[in-house]
Amino acid sequence: MNTFQQGIEATIPALRRYARALTRNAETADDLVQDTLVRALRSEHLFHGGELRSWLYTILTNLNRNRLRALARRPTVLAIDDYDSAGAFGPETGGRDIERALAGLVEEQRSTLLLVVLEGLSYREVADVQGVPIGTVMSRLARARAQIKAYLDGERPALRRVK
Amino acid sequence: MIETPVTEDELHAYIDGELPADRLAAVEAWLGGHPEDAAKVAHWRTQAEQIRARYGAVAKEDVPAQLRLDRLLRRKRSWIGIAAAATIAAFMVGGVAGWMARGASAAAPSPIELLTEDALAAHRLYVVEVRHPVEVPGAERPHLTQWLSKRIGYDLAPPELDAIGLKLVGGRLLPGPAGAAAFYMYERASGERFTLYCSRTKAAATAMRFSAPGRNAALTWVDHGVAYVIAGPSERDELTRVAKAAYEQIDADKAEKKSGT
Repeated sequence: MNTFQQGIEATIPALRRYARALTRNAETADDLVQDTLVRALRSEHLFHGGELRSWLYTILTNLNRNRLRALARRPTVLAIDDYDSAGAFGPETGGRDIERALAGLVEEQRSTLLLVVLEGLSYREVADVQGVPIGTVMSRLARARAQIKAYLDGERPALRRVK
Repeated sequence: MIETPVTEDELHAYIDGELPADRLAAVEAWLGGHPEDAAKVAHWRTQAEQIRARYGAVAKEDVPAQLRLDRLLRRKRSWIGIAAAATIAAFMVGGVAGWMARGASAAAPSPIELLTEDALAAHRLYVVEVRHPVEVPGAERPHLTQWLSKRIGYDLAPPELDAIGLKLVGGRLLPGPAGAAAFYMYERASGERFTLYCSRTKAAATAMRFSAPGRNAALTWVDHGVAYVIAGPSERDELTRVAKAAYEQIDADKAEKKSGT
């Protein structure tokens, strides 16, 4: 294995962590990591030095965006139970809580927040991964945190507030 | 002492360790005097801790076999083998970029994969039709061309494949993953049917790709923002011959239009 490949291998645990939080599904997450690794291995010639870790996060983030777009085009049938647990009940205690709060975020905000707080990337690195200016990273982060706070404080989405 | 107002961005930077050192004292003083901001910052910190508590351990799990790099390296080689076999030199419409974009398989079907899937589904559905395989019969070629070109937003005459023994049965309009699709059906005297599916796409130009998920197979390529899928019985040489004939005609039609004759 060359240095490039060793560098990739060392990042796999972190990529799995990020993908798991991003998709909240172990199987989907590992598929996403696998696709990321395959693409990275195949694109060695496109990697011109720099942060290998950021480059891998970039590939994974883009693949996940493609995945969500493809899903959006396909009609999905959601089981009633999933639907209920996705939002109809109030916050619970424990990890499920933060999981649901994350699920409520739009993709860009979720990815921004996770790259900062879970993966420890700098604002600059997140801006590079997402291909946006730092100002956009800041506003995504602010919106993500505000929305999670609203969720955890027990505020239901407007449609569900019945009084 | 005059207090410099602290912005919300600075509060985020403060907890994320991105605050310039010379603003640290100002932010801390500000939090001391603004309990609502202090509560907000404390909440953000709790969120971060919960996220790390929930997902941090994933990085400590054993890496599953499917993600072992040595295994993936072996698979990589076999993919290249498949790619080489399926890419026909004569069809290097857009270089190998198309094949390189493939492989993002299970998690993210590419626009091309979605289109191919769709075209194969339409092929399977309609080639078995005896009485109503098409909406407009091939005998009304000018009308068919005009109607479908208008609906897919792209000038396209169904290629004439009589030279290779294929008669135009007719065509129909279909919903595709990226908008309307034109669907033409051809028939051999022996009854074998081939279909051509065309739809606009945002995908970049690609070389021709072969996929044979079952009894039927497809050859897909993208040229100038339009995806073409030829589907037929799963016999690669035969399908390639049909695709090549169709490609050449479409290409010639385009060249003709461009030169304005």
